[in-house]
Amino acid sequence: MATEILMPALSPTMEEGTLAKWLVKEGDEVSSGDILAEIETDKATMEFEAVDEGTIGKILIEEGTEGVKVNTPIAVLLEEGEDASDVESATSPAAAPAEADDKEDAKSEEKTPAKAAAPAAPEPDASPDWPEGTEMKTITVREAINTAIAEEMRRDDTVFIMGEEVAEYQGAYKITQGLLDEFGAKRVVDTPITEHGFAGIGVGASWGGLRPIVEFMTFNFAMQAIDQIINSAAKTLYMSGGQMGSPIVFRGPNGAAARVAAQHSQDYAAWYAQVPGLRVVQPYSASDAKGLLKTAIRDPNPVIFLENEILYGKSFEVPVLDDFTIPFGKARIERAGDDVTIVSFGIGMTYAMEAAAKLAEDGVNAEVINLRTLRPIDYDTVIKSVMKTNRCVTVEEGWPVASIGNHISATLMERAFDYLDAPVINCTGKDVPMPYAANLEKLALTSTAEVLEAVRQVTYR
Amino acid sequence: MAARKTTKKPNISADELKQYYRDMLLIRRFEEKAGQLYGMGLIGGFCHLYIGQEAVVVGLEAAAEEGDKRVTTYRDHGHMLACGMNPDGVMAELTGREGGYSKGKGGSMHMFSTDKHFYGGHGIVGANVPLGAGLAFADKYLENGRVTFTYFGDGAANQGQVYETFNMAALWKLPVVFVIENNQYAMGTSQKRSTSTPDIYTRGEAFGIPGEAVDGMDVLAVKEAGQKAVKHCRDGKGPYILEVKTYRYRGHSMSDPAKYRTREEVQKIREEKDAIEHVRDLLLAGDHATEEDLKAIDKEIKGIVNASADFAKDSPEPATEELWTDIITDVAPQNA
Repeated sequence: MATEILMPALSPTMEEGTLAKWLVKEGDEVSSGDILAEIETDKATMEFEAVDEGTIGKILIEEGTEGVKVNTPIAVLLEEGEDASDVESATSPAAAPAEADDKEDAKSEEKTPAKAAAPAAPEPDASPDWPEGTEMKTITVREAINTAIAEEMRRDDTVFIMGEEVAEYQGAYKITQGLLDEFGAKRVVDTPITEHGFAGIGVGASWGGLRPIVEFMTFNFAMQAIDQIINSAAKTLYMSGGQMGSPIVFRGPNGAAARVAAQHSQDYAAWYAQVPGLRVVQPYSASDAKGLLKTAIRDPNPVIFLENEILYGKSFEVPVLDDFTIPFGKARIERAGDDVTIVSFGIGMTYAMEAAAKLAEDGVNAEVINLRTLRPIDYDTVIKSVMKTNRCVTVEEGWPVASIGNHISATLMERAFDYLDAPVINCTGKDVPMPYAANLEKLALTSTAEVLEAVRQVTYR
Repeated sequence: MAARKTTKKPNISADELKQYYRDMLLIRRFEEKAGQLYGMGLIGGFCHLYIGQEAVVVGLEAAAEEGDKRVTTYRDHGHMLACGMNPDGVMAELTGREGGYSKGKGGSMHMFSTDKHFYGGHGIVGANVPLGAGLAFADKYLENGRVTFTYFGDGAANQGQVYETFNMAALWKLPVVFVIENNQYAMGTSQKRSTSTPDIYTRGEAFGIPGEAVDGMDVLAVKEAGQKAVKHCRDGKGPYILEVKTYRYRGHSMSDPAKYRTREEVQKIREEKDAIEHVRDLLLAGDHATEEDLKAIDKEIKGIVNASADFAKDSPEPATEELWTDIITDVAPQNA
């Protein structure tokens, strides 16, 4: 049967074009790949090739015609054994493409934005992290991370750790101390200084049946690898229609240490928390670090685990349990109170807790919420608290623009607007690269004094 | 491009030759059809056709064993068809429909098949190279004897992460075949204008990785080189580089007018070097097949491709709920 040759779309945005020149004439035989015509698109002049073989029966659109809509019949192709009389059969039915209309339906079904319905009091999971009466032991955050890795490597042979200086050097920050001795060089892998490369190898290994833990000496260096983290690890589950994901943990110290200046002092919490497909954790205490890292290693999704060098040496009580884990998306109320809610995570918690202790001396009872997981965020615990206190201050070391605090503020405005008695204040790092000078560095970070001032403002004292 | 090494009567069975003819023809006809559907507005966005390069994947798949893995770039339709993925599922992904390999959520550049050990379909030039080495890292760790084919182009060969990967793959003796599909143009920039070394495989020497150039328009030469590379990997000797010199007939993507090369250049390769015509000549000259036999194959392939186009047009768009699925999973992967 004679077939119509249609005006092709030759770019993602082309809707019509100019049929600049025919390179064949009626009666010409063409085969697949022969150039039929030159067509000017919105971008360039393109050659248009034949797909099927046959004879050009009739040219329907003269060369030089402008504004030819995509999918308009421009010629008729005859198959072997057909002649010009068959042209009519092809052109008579209106071959209007119906496909484009479908899009209208899709639009009307677009998901409506999250509605600002009357806020119902949320019921967050407020269960304790461990049973009452559990024996406790005081350890550092460093020891907590080390034991979490070791326990998970004992539990699952496919778990391995790779990174710079993780094996023979025993870890640049001694997180991996002793792991090489216990697990050997096959599972504790020293890499060259090559973040982009080994992050990609880690993601590939996670697709190949392993559970990699990729240590970045600091998250500042992970910027070299961020394409692999976002484009390869976070998006593959979606891009594959759920066929395969990336069970991998990227971990290492994040944020400012002390006097290491601009390139070694950035907090990436808000960056990673923005990315669908990732889990993002920023622990504060040793129990957070241990319970959440064990969960991270078992999780079938890519997890960003943001540690802090200053917290590594801090000691906290950790439950003595055979298998202690903390679920993602569950904040912890570190200190209960009725007067103001202070929301923080990671090292920001040190300022929050210090401020709360000082406020208590003045008779102000702050409720301090440790978010712990930044994707998913436990909004319910925050909202429930703010419905009680009606005031909120957020604390983090990262930059102020598009910070986690901004996001919490926006969520409170959407879901608990009527409960707020004061604007939410975000205490953050200053909007500057980290300076080296001791006095300037101190000014660039947030502080307990700033948290106290913010609480004073929101409580109108 | 290197001159043909094969003789008129290669030491190969008629069935095998016919199979290569069939597999390469399937890719070409599929891609022509994809180009046509793009022209009709049924395929959107970026669409990079593999026409001209068919002998590369068909030759290397002939050297692969069950369980071997492959990962490639965004010019991926040929790789998927060659490793046995269903043309219907590939075409329906191109049209963004529910019946596609990624339920319509990946598109031309992002498809995967754990069944066929095909790990994408990656849109960032060079990024799939460490991913392929990572798959090989897992195979070595699990001691399963598998090899990963990691395909990338002459353009990607100038990305830094490729050399980070060469270093680690050599250091750790990973069973990975790096296949550089040198089609001579990184989008619109010729190799001469972008790449300091005329033979890219020689860059492996700095890392102690052996490699060679292969005539990518000769499926038998590709297969032979592939077998050598695979054996090297399976013997535990680490990575191997094949620089397969090939040529893409179409533009970089559908919207490329290809003004950086002459029509005569393309036409000359088509006439003198075409990989499918080459096998066709071998079949006829060796009396392995008659014109009628080949016509029957052409017809069969046309049927498969037309059916895939029909499937891809008829398959519904993904349900709107699919917007919100497959972002995070609770299920442990069965990737390996």
